[in-house]
Amino acid sequence: MLIIKCPYCGDREETEFSYGGENKKRPADPYSLSDKEWAEYLFFKKNTVGWHNELWNHSHGCRRWFSIERHTVTNEIKQSTPSQLSMEENI
Amino acid sequence: MYSLIYLSITPYFLHMDFYKKITYYEKKMGKKLSIFGNIKASHENHENWEPLWKNATPKKTYDFIIIGGGGHGLATAYYLSRIHKSSNIAVIEKGWLGGGGTGRNTSIIRSNYLWDESAHLYDFSLKLYETLSQDLNFNTMVSQRGVLNLAHNLSDVRGAKRRLYANQLNGIDSEWLDTEGVKKYCPIINTSPDARYPVLGSTLQRRGGVARHDAVAWGYARAASDAGVDIIQHCEVTDIHVSNNKVVGVETTQGRINAKRVGIAVAGYASNVAKMAGFELPIATHPLQAYVSEPVKPILDCVVMSGAVHVYLSQTDKGELVMGAGVDKYIGYGQRGSFNVIEEQLSACMQLFPLFSRMRVMRTWAGMVDTCPDASPIVGKTPVDGLYINCGWGTGGFKSTPGSGWVFAHTMFNDAPHDLNKAFSLERFYSGALIDEHGAAAVAH
Repeated sequence: MLIIKCPYCGDREETEFSYGGENKKRPADPYSLSDKEWAEYLFFKKNTVGWHNELWNHSHGCRRWFSIERHTVTNEIKQSTPSQLSMEENI
Repeated sequence: MYSLIYLSITPYFLHMDFYKKITYYEKKMGKKLSIFGNIKASHENHENWEPLWKNATPKKTYDFIIIGGGGHGLATAYYLSRIHKSSNIAVIEKGWLGGGGTGRNTSIIRSNYLWDESAHLYDFSLKLYETLSQDLNFNTMVSQRGVLNLAHNLSDVRGAKRRLYANQLNGIDSEWLDTEGVKKYCPIINTSPDARYPVLGSTLQRRGGVARHDAVAWGYARAASDAGVDIIQHCEVTDIHVSNNKVVGVETTQGRINAKRVGIAVAGYASNVAKMAGFELPIATHPLQAYVSEPVKPILDCVVMSGAVHVYLSQTDKGELVMGAGVDKYIGYGQRGSFNVIEEQLSACMQLFPLFSRMRVMRTWAGMVDTCPDASPIVGKTPVDGLYINCGWGTGGFKSTPGSGWVFAHTMFNDAPHDLNKAFSLERFYSGALIDEHGAAAVAH
């Protein structure tokens, strides 16, 4: 079980969180994208071996999004930052 | 009784003529495994068995290189040589053969997939499994003991029946069992209406079952090696050489190897090998856990799967229960998952099979599964000429091994997909023609 640090609530167990995948930048204007560009944003992933910047949601806690740096082989977690996603769009 | 037969025919074995006959037979038939060969070997104290496959040292150039010596890669090499009569083929494996997903899965085979494209591909694979031991002259221990897919609520029942009718239209055997039918088919399932997840019914594919996963890898490796395929173990591909958007070779820990065509069949590491050639894939690699119990006497003679409570299990010939869990939600390459997944799955198992509650778990492990957004594989060409990709099988790689190898060999040989894998191209993520098999894949991802 991973212990993940929520930037708002502190260290909590993994089961309190939902995974949001790779922390990608949202396209500013999705309608201007070609099918290929949209597919690349929607489906394609870096799927990194090593340090990975990813989104988590504290779904059984404060319900806010944040991003962490996690090593995908060792599961070591480096830092935890409030996500732009929650701050701007208040999801 | 067997010892009597053995005693009565033993004097004949001591006669030299018998050995001459067997030697003659072996020369005539090649290295075929047979009962006579086994008897001869036992009389030689099993000292003269040949290795199943030869460990090759890499040549400078090959016509075909397959990266990844798991079931899919070895099957591809075997069918390239057997069906397409190619020679000059190499399989490059960074660890040992069948040490990835091939050696870590729960060995279930079935073909009850929803959409036509998947149903045809998986059923083709199941048909190949049915004759695989004869084809490879190697016992892959295919046991068509029936696969139950349980339904626990109304939505499950509707989904299962929809899939069942689709299967029947595709000529795949599939039948519906109501609660009593399930109890009759597999009496140890808890079908009490008071259960937390009552069993409302189940689909049954009688042709489904299990096969011996290691034997599938070894059988393909042996047959491929006999056909002249170079099997190179402990050789990691570190780069793919591309010139004018055409693949020209690979860089490995044993030096550069040139190739006209290169196939990638590396499952969990697909994204990283693709990166070497400069493109991304829509793949997420997750840990998938499984475990076995202590061995007990035969108690479960079929495969039981339940998507809703999330457990799938069968009993091996050794008597262990093999159980599979769901994927861990995060991307992970560490070949280990979180304990809460095992805990959830064990509770599901206890709910369905209360009689297993005092059994002990002997081993747990995790593999890495290459999951696609639509739970269907990618088998086909890539943006680079002469480079082909076979990945995204996610949690369903083992059951598809022979079919996947067959169509991938066809794709690599003809530089064009087989009818069965046309729909599984990388382009479908641009066009939107996804093949959503989340319902048929046993594991939610």
